[in-house]
Amino acid sequence: MIGLQHYLTLSAILFVLSIGGIVVNRRNLILMLMCIELMLLAVNFNFIAFSRHLGDETGQVFVFFVLTVAAAEAAIGLAILVVLFRSRRSIDVQELNTMKG
Amino acid sequence: MLFHAILFYFFSAVLIGAALGVVFARNPVHAVMFLVLAFFNSAALWLLAEAEFLAIVLVLVYVGAVMVLFLFVVMMLDIKVEVIRKNWSRYASLGIGVALLMAFEMIQLIWFRGLSEDMSGSFAANPEGYNNTKALGSVLYTEHVYAFEIAAVILLLAIVAAITLTVRKRPGLKVQNIAAQVAVRARDRIRIVKMKSETRP
Repeated sequence: MIGLQHYLTLSAILFVLSIGGIVVNRRNLILMLMCIELMLLAVNFNFIAFSRHLGDETGQVFVFFVLTVAAAEAAIGLAILVVLFRSRRSIDVQELNTMKG
Repeated sequence: MLFHAILFYFFSAVLIGAALGVVFARNPVHAVMFLVLAFFNSAALWLLAEAEFLAIVLVLVYVGAVMVLFLFVVMMLDIKVEVIRKNWSRYASLGIGVALLMAFEMIQLIWFRGLSEDMSGSFAANPEGYNNTKALGSVLYTEHVYAFEIAAVILLLAIVAAITLTVRKRPGLKVQNIAAQVAVRARDRIRIVKMKSETRP
């Protein structure tokens, strides 16, 4: 009853929601980082559904690596965010226009 | 099987609700809490898909470590919500429009174009005595061991990068200079003076 299509649909809805979230929360860098985490979660759903559908564990190994890289990305992104907040006193993406030509 | 379907729809509904909460929460702390809820429900759904090891890893690594990191950063930063909410509705309509269009396209692709017999059924049952963790490990440590080591190096890189980015030198801070303390000799500190003895006046 519950098969590949259900998981793919759920993952598509999750991915689309996080894309909408990135557009909506354009002024808040930390919410954009959270939306990227949600996006990676949706991708992991696809990997797991196809791994289960094809009966091949390699997809789940890839989820493992995606989780590793996402954890590293979150750590570095939050460190950059803290440094940014210390120097600008704001995390508004619209104010980051120092390099504008 | 029906119970399985009910569980799937329940966890999916809570997951989508939590994702909506992350996107539209007014308070960043609430957004982090909704994200924790979303990760918990994803772990439950992965358990339903019989990916047990990754479900536990998701709870341990994401809820236990990454979300706590997010929570610390949100609480450290002093974010003014009303400033962030300026010009909100213009972006909201654009974002929601793009999201709805993409959702419509993807769902019709999944349900009406990819309609082959082997895709629409439920998952095939795993063989008797199947062990997800064992199967994953036997692939991870043989075929993908090089990628596994690279992943370890990436985590080390993340530790070093995060520490070097956030460390700061504060001027005027009183710290010990251990090398100078160890290298000191007795003659630097006391001076022995030879002098004749004097009588008491």
